[in-house]
Amino acid sequence: MSNQFEVDNGRRNVVKALGGLAAGTLLPAPWVHAAPNTIKIGYVSPQTGPLAVFAEPDAFTLGEMKKALAGGIKVGGKTYAVEFVVKDSQSNSNRAADATSELILKDKVNIVVAGSTPATTNPVADQCELNGVPCVTNDTPWQPHFFGRGGNPKTGFEWTYHFFWGLEDVIGVFTSLWGQLPTNKVVGALFPNDSDGNAWGDAKLGFPPVLAQKGFKLVDKGRFQSPADDFSAYIAEFKKNNVEIVTGVLPPPDFANFWAQAGQQGFKPKIVTAAKATEFPAAVQSFGPRANGLSVEVWWSPVHPFSSSLTGVSSAQLAAAYTQATGRPWAMPLAFKHSLFEVAIDALKRAADLKPESIRNAIRDTNLNTIVGPVNFRKGPVPNVAKTPLVGGQWKKTAKGFELVVVENSLAPAVPVKDKFEVIKA
Amino acid sequence: MTEWIDTLVQGVLLGGLYSLFATGLALSFGVMRMINIAHGDFAILAAFAAIAIVEPLGLNPFVVLLVIVPLMGLFGYLLQRGVLNRTLGKDILPPLLVTFGFSIIIQNLLLVTFSADTRSLNVGELGTASIALGGDLAVGVLPLIIMGVAVAVLAGLQWLFSATPLGRAFRAASDDAEAAQLMGIDNRHIYGLAMGIAMAIVAIAGVFLAIRANITPADGPARLLYAFEAVIIGGLGSLWGTLAGGMILGVAQSVGLKADPGWGILAGHLAFLAVLAVRPNGLFARTRDR
Repeated sequence: MSNQFEVDNGRRNVVKALGGLAAGTLLPAPWVHAAPNTIKIGYVSPQTGPLAVFAEPDAFTLGEMKKALAGGIKVGGKTYAVEFVVKDSQSNSNRAADATSELILKDKVNIVVAGSTPATTNPVADQCELNGVPCVTNDTPWQPHFFGRGGNPKTGFEWTYHFFWGLEDVIGVFTSLWGQLPTNKVVGALFPNDSDGNAWGDAKLGFPPVLAQKGFKLVDKGRFQSPADDFSAYIAEFKKNNVEIVTGVLPPPDFANFWAQAGQQGFKPKIVTAAKATEFPAAVQSFGPRANGLSVEVWWSPVHPFSSSLTGVSSAQLAAAYTQATGRPWAMPLAFKHSLFEVAIDALKRAADLKPESIRNAIRDTNLNTIVGPVNFRKGPVPNVAKTPLVGGQWKKTAKGFELVVVENSLAPAVPVKDKFEVIKA
Repeated sequence: MTEWIDTLVQGVLLGGLYSLFATGLALSFGVMRMINIAHGDFAILAAFAAIAIVEPLGLNPFVVLLVIVPLMGLFGYLLQRGVLNRTLGKDILPPLLVTFGFSIIIQNLLLVTFSADTRSLNVGELGTASIALGGDLAVGVLPLIIMGVAVAVLAGLQWLFSATPLGRAFRAASDDAEAAQLMGIDNRHIYGLAMGIAMAIVAIAGVFLAIRANITPADGPARLLYAFEAVIIGGLGSLWGTLAGGMILGVAQSVGLKADPGWGILAGHLAFLAVLAVRPNGLFARTRDR
């Protein structure tokens, strides 16, 4: 491969030597020092620490990407090899910021991608914005990402783009789910004192106003500090108010505590829709038989009617390939990792050249059908943000263990509903 | 009224788990004067080891205790003899740093071996079984078992410390290591045994934690803090004090939670600070600081 480009390489070096001496050394810009013929994609992800479960599909996804991009990609009529530079955020936002600035200043990457919770996407995007490097992130509801970084809905950001669903979607899915069954419409909330819990429980932007408007009564004792070992105060309050629906956004160990104590103390709600805790198959498995009937929002599943713009595989095929390669069940972040690279590669292919501005412009003009649905940054609720479809699912016991079945699709009719939503059987 | 009784009962039962965590720490702190930063991580390590044995064999999680407890005890002895004894001395920093290193190593080893998935030990129906106490009051069977085990462990230790030659050696090594050595006690061996017992108890705590809820490789450090607080509240050298410390912490947390969920953990910390301010040596201290 190198023979083919040697001439080009030489010319480039001459140009660099002339222009670079004058400008490059005095005004070090990331693209000037990038190795010729190679595009570097920086990737920040919480591979270790409490958020590591989000990074489980990393190795598989990067392997798939390397396979798909083995022949390099064409940017502005010239073929480049693609190199991935991966950094661990250690589930820590300070570390995520450091890793990003290393990627930008030391590795001189052309573009940065990152995913998994505000603790990763926010510091990574902030560093990119600061250093003028194009950046694509996902897997954080857009409000905590956009407003959490002090975004202005009028002007937005210059360098950083984000795609995921938002609070309005999850509220819509949950309330539509609960509306399917006859209940007394009393909802008990389990919101921890963290960025998610505070956003969901926010009196203006969160669940409370929408629930009131839709005729639900909310029993919210307040924000608890996670990890919590004792939920009996919540359970007593829920029992007292005759709560039939329990919701929340809490880590699996907290939910396991709550759910076990609820059983011990005879609290039997009809519906339990808990985000985060029941999003991962392994966590659900660990709840044992009592996982049957729990419900959750679904950002992606093998039945989603989308396929990869890069490799052409369908949602079902991606899930199957992952299980075959790793022996693990599919999880929602799998497709979002994949889509992150889809969006980045698509933008690079459309960029006029490798100048950061050109890549940025290409990202801005993204209109791509990815494995998680259409991504279009021009149609978002605020600048720099694109929304992906969200539906509701319920864990149902099958012969093979628990399966997440789509039971609600009012906000994304393209995703087929597979079964009926049912009351938890005690 | 029943609500407050419920709060107190749940708090006391929570204290059982906290005391189990605290006992191992109290032991290594009491005998070696060594602070084991990796204490919580060793508990999580034991729990994952138990999961690794239970899942392929389909054993009952309680049966696995018979394997994992001696195993961790042996591991503790070897760890103390092989590594930790070399860090003990006038300077308190080396054991802190070495166990801090262990904490990081264990977390990452677990992550590599078991992945970041949350795991648990399933005991089926028992996990949610409860005994109704009339009115709206019910206590879980599992928390009761945990409390019972904590009391049994502490009673056993109390007997070991006060009525056996080994216990005398522990106390001697704790009170004056040099004089104990002059009397023919091999401190290195005694320390090894103390750490062995501490690890055996920590294994029980870890397994119960995995039965009670679920765990991930990064859960260890959060456990250390409560264990520490229970030890300090109870007072050094007093084993029953450790139980009381765990219960005070548990009750303070559940009372705080009842008032406002945000105050739960804070109330525990405040109780700890209050004890520290009024009785810096803890409520039932038997050993005095040198």
